[in-house]
Amino acid sequence: MCLGIPGKVTQIHEQDGILMAAVDFYGVEQAVCIATTPEVALGQYVLVHAGFALNVLSDTEAEETLKILRDLQAFNARLTEEDQSK
Amino acid sequence: MTDPTANLRDASLTKAIMAEVRHIATQPWNIMEICGGQTHAIMQYGLDQLLPPEITLIHGPGCPVCVTSLQAIEQGLQIASRPGVIFTTFGDMLRVPGNQADLFTARSQGADVRVVYSPLDSLKIANANPDKQVVFFAIGFETTAPTIASTILTASRNEIKNFSILPANVLVPPAMHAILLNPANRVQGFLAAGHVCAVMGYHEYLPIAEQYQIPIVVTGFEPVDLATGILMAVQQLEAGQHEVTNAYPRFVTREGNQVAQKIISQVFEPVDRQWRGIGTIPLSGLGLRPGYASFNALSRFELDQTPLYESPLCIAGKVLSGIAKPLDCPAFSKECTPAHPLGAPMVSSEGACAAYYRYQRIPG
Repeated sequence: MCLGIPGKVTQIHEQDGILMAAVDFYGVEQAVCIATTPEVALGQYVLVHAGFALNVLSDTEAEETLKILRDLQAFNARLTEEDQSK
Repeated sequence: MTDPTANLRDASLTKAIMAEVRHIATQPWNIMEICGGQTHAIMQYGLDQLLPPEITLIHGPGCPVCVTSLQAIEQGLQIASRPGVIFTTFGDMLRVPGNQADLFTARSQGADVRVVYSPLDSLKIANANPDKQVVFFAIGFETTAPTIASTILTASRNEIKNFSILPANVLVPPAMHAILLNPANRVQGFLAAGHVCAVMGYHEYLPIAEQYQIPIVVTGFEPVDLATGILMAVQQLEAGQHEVTNAYPRFVTREGNQVAQKIISQVFEPVDRQWRGIGTIPLSGLGLRPGYASFNALSRFELDQTPLYESPLCIAGKVLSGIAKPLDCPAFSKECTPAHPLGAPMVSSEGACAAYYRYQRIPG
């Protein structure tokens, strides 16, 4: 129910007084209401739930998280190697 | 901009994070993932099987169709069966058992029950059927609340008179209080539901972490997100900390989506609400504010008070409160299966019992 799928905004328009966007989900395009994310720009990713964009993806945060996790992975791999070479 | 989920299903990265969990866990800890979507993702990716024996995941009440009260379901069935009504609902709701029937049965007996992807679709149906009353079954947590509030604002602005909702929305923080105040509580840390927090932010969890001295980690839904949430919770538990931290910063900020929050509070106000299997939790639901009360289906239709009947075999309330696991239920995969559910957690794509059944966490 609280499923949220990230998709890329490809077009923004107004329909019956509601701010809408065309959002691309890995090749499938869907009309999404962006009334609660009016700041979104073309090309950005939004989190979509029940036909509404709930939030805009923070690209820098996404990259930062992954970098920290990759560092952890590399660190653990090095520890394992050291353990095995003992 | 890159695909935001491309790296988040990376098995080697997930395993590396879980290895770190194994490395730092020195004693038993019980962590509850609140959201039923997370329960399913954990089972789907086998994260429960990568956990060290010290860590137990307890499944939370974050399955909207599971906690929607029997009374609301019976009200929905009555409204749906009225002539001249088109009853719209999210698909998950169709198979949830009422006293005897479900919405699927009602539809097979002639009721006009339609599944919608978005609450806004109900307005299209209302416009296309001006001689019918269109009633939307408004279930869901804070994630869904802005979509329903926004739909009501649109209906109000466009003067759509033949649309109303059966209000059944619920809120997460009051449920956390109820879980923590239960004398049988075992939960020592929470993974907060990422998409609820995408809307609400996480500032409202700070007093809960402080009051109950319990760590809360905002967590997403991909395997790497979930593993990271678990790691951050175990790090805090091992260090004796009780902070609110964020393992889902790509979509969640402390303050959340304030436009969405404003729309919710414009249309709704907190009301006491009954949770199926759990009971009434104070101020845990969203009711329509007086200015939007005309959109309440309960004031448009006169309904009979029906006695409520729950299967005596089903332990859904204990499962939803984190006191029991699906396998503790003697009816699990015997009298109760997804084809013949006794309780809502066996139905939904977010129910814990359905997750155990689907991903075959069945003994023997």
